[in-house]
Amino acid sequence: MTESQATMTAEPVHAADHVDHYDPLGAKIGMWLFLFTEVLLFGAMFIAFAVYLRQYRIEFMGGSRELDRYLGLLNTAVLLTSSLTMAFAVAAMARGQTRRAIGALAATLLFGAVFLVVKAREWGYKFSHGIYPQSETMLDRPVGEQVFYGLYFAMTGLHALHVIIGMAIIVSAAALILRRRIRPDRHIYLENTGLYWHLVDIIWIFLFPLFYLIG
Amino acid sequence: MAGISTTLSAPLPNYLEAKPGILSWVTTTDHKRIALLYLGGMSFFFFFAMSLAVTFRLELLFPGMQFLSHDIYNRLLTLHGVVMIFLFIIPGIPAVFGNFFLPILIGAHDVAFPRLNLLSWYCYMAGAALAVVSILSGGGPDTGWTFYVPYSVKTGQNVFWPILAAFILGWSSILTGLNFVTTVHRLRDKAMGWFQMPLFVWSLYATGWVQIIATPVVGITLVMVLLERFFGIPIFDPARGGDPLLYEHLFWIYSHPAVYIMILPAMGVVSEIIPTFSRKHIFGYKFIAYSSVAIAAIGSLVWAHHMFTSGMSDIARIVFSFLTFLVAVPSAVKVFNWIATMYKGAIRLDPPMIWALMFIVLFSIGGLTGMIVASLSLDVHLHDTSFVVAHFHYTMFGGTAVIFIAALHYWWPKMFGRMYRVRPAKQAVWLFFIGFNMTYMPLFIAGAFGMPRRYADYLPEYTVFHQLSTIGSWVMVAALLLAFYNLVHSLFRGERAPEDPWGGATLEWRTPTPPPVLNFTGAPDLSRGPYEYPEDVAQ
Amino acid sequence: MDSNTSGHADPYGVYVATWGALMALTALTFGIALLDLKHVTVLAALLIAAVKGSLVLFYFMHVRHERPLFLYMFLAVGITYAVFIGLTFVDYWSR
Repeated sequence: MTESQATMTAEPVHAADHVDHYDPLGAKIGMWLFLFTEVLLFGAMFIAFAVYLRQYRIEFMGGSRELDRYLGLLNTAVLLTSSLTMAFAVAAMARGQTRRAIGALAATLLFGAVFLVVKAREWGYKFSHGIYPQSETMLDRPVGEQVFYGLYFAMTGLHALHVIIGMAIIVSAAALILRRRIRPDRHIYLENTGLYWHLVDIIWIFLFPLFYLIG
Repeated sequence: MAGISTTLSAPLPNYLEAKPGILSWVTTTDHKRIALLYLGGMSFFFFFAMSLAVTFRLELLFPGMQFLSHDIYNRLLTLHGVVMIFLFIIPGIPAVFGNFFLPILIGAHDVAFPRLNLLSWYCYMAGAALAVVSILSGGGPDTGWTFYVPYSVKTGQNVFWPILAAFILGWSSILTGLNFVTTVHRLRDKAMGWFQMPLFVWSLYATGWVQIIATPVVGITLVMVLLERFFGIPIFDPARGGDPLLYEHLFWIYSHPAVYIMILPAMGVVSEIIPTFSRKHIFGYKFIAYSSVAIAAIGSLVWAHHMFTSGMSDIARIVFSFLTFLVAVPSAVKVFNWIATMYKGAIRLDPPMIWALMFIVLFSIGGLTGMIVASLSLDVHLHDTSFVVAHFHYTMFGGTAVIFIAALHYWWPKMFGRMYRVRPAKQAVWLFFIGFNMTYMPLFIAGAFGMPRRYADYLPEYTVFHQLSTIGSWVMVAALLLAFYNLVHSLFRGERAPEDPWGGATLEWRTPTPPPVLNFTGAPDLSRGPYEYPEDVAQ
Repeated sequence: MDSNTSGHADPYGVYVATWGALMALTALTFGIALLDLKHVTVLAALLIAAVKGSLVLFYFMHVRHERPLFLYMFLAVGITYAVFIGLTFVDYWSR
């Protein structure tokens, strides 16, 4: 007991100012706590959505019918599949299959990019029909639909931003793998990247039916 | 193994002298240095916001407008609130004393994520800079610190910068909370169980959770205000189908728990100071620990008592009124336990103890008047009067800020290795007590008579209350200046402080003064519990 | 000393099966929407989304392999969020 304490404290004296102990469990707890903030971030917007859905039921259903549900379905499939490849990447890394992990990450990035392209087409399509905040077409519509589209742009926009951030983190994880900073025995960074990506997926799992399928 | 002999023989450099130069400070990941960085920023903003308040308090010396316009008055008031709340009271105790002492109290070398900790500080400073820039650029905001819609969407004043500032400060707060929760889980000394932690650690742990869960809500709500303001996305504006009450709900879902982010760490500090200066084991350890968690939990359920007159349904108002009364229970549990701790103790009235005792008095007044405004029928009369202003100054200023100063006096010798002079420190407490009550007690009465809050002008009937209050504010400022002068003076002229000037039992008193870079010279000595005093006859 | 390890790699088949279930549930929720069940639509959508979210949580995010702490933390956050919604709607439902 005392001996182990002595060695524990003796060690830092050498390493006067880099206390770089690897604590994957600590890192994971930190990551989960961060994910909770993301849950509540979107959660607040979902509360707003729920309140207005109750208030403007008819208009929300109308707005929902107007969205392209097949594009929404496509994007759901794309994002779910990207989550699969992300899970592959983490599992491969844990098994020491570095090249396979890189490949899975590349696939995840590809699916992420497809998701964003589809999303951009969808927004562009709406814009070309004059559906964007403050447009004349928009202002002629019932206020409930204006609120619906307001939330639609705000929430899917914020979600797309998270996809972009997630892709940037994936790129950084891939770079760290190539530089051997993420290794099979030290891959919490990749695991946390995966957790973030899956959470973004979960948020979309809720966004999709609430916006596209209530019509 | 060679390390052991080095540990015992060579004296370690303390954290202040370990590395010289400004650059080593602004790039430090040492939690103690980061705490001092915060302390510097916070002291500045505290006195800055205080001078704003003294300015508009002076304006209120006589009815009618003296030297401020209504516009400037509104901006000063808003800025006072924003700076005090977001830059001082919310981050205050966790960022300074939590950062400095949380790792030491649990026998750790640092927090779980030292670099993230530094990032929190940079977020804090960036947010602070934005808040200050907002006054200088195109007219400061005049919305009040709550940024209520639709006014905040429509006002021509500059709302963007202060909201951005609040958003960034929110992240600073979240990162600190996340760091502390992880630290408590992962870096606690293996020999220290949950119920051997000092109570200050418990309170920081509970606070960390509130920061993590509640802060994002207000963050995104403020972002939605900006989206509405700049992209015309209709979300809250009633003219375009929005519901302003929804804004108030979302705002207060954070901002009421924020009150507990402010007060819980202060209560934790009191739970350290009182046993130390009573030389007695804390009474009802588990009750105090659980009551911290209970306050955090119940405190998250009471937000809509800020909206009793906003047009909520009657049922919602009754429910929230009831829940608000509930939160008084764990708060009272703490107060009773502190008093029971002092019972038959060998009480020493050193400056930190007097500040803490004053906290109990002022906070009890604040808490009990809180029960008055929690009563639905009374609140309809008192809402938006200076009664409410007095109430939250008793809890926030008389509570949190007083304990901030108490904690400074308690831990100053440990942090800087210098002892301040005791006499002026005690004089400052009494002067503060007089000034504080003179400033805020009249506002209770004026409020009960109907004086609205936030007004730049008032009817002649209220003159006497405002004059008492303004003169009281001068006394209070004098007391604060005396207290801070005395502390700063000790840095240059103070005697060297011993390792344990107060006879405390927690771990920070069993490491050199000031602490070495990695906090301990040997293994942290956990043979004594955090509240076991040799002089304690009851044990 | 606690087992401070990371990485619980399941067989790849487990992930594929999870993915298959997620796709099937997506098809289900889409199908229900086509049926136009009026008031049930939103409720069904939320229920299925909750099931899908749990699948991701337990299988992709490995909560089923983690120590219970993670589940407890997630439940605490979930309950708090549910209470936020509930209390907000105490106001809206009774207006």
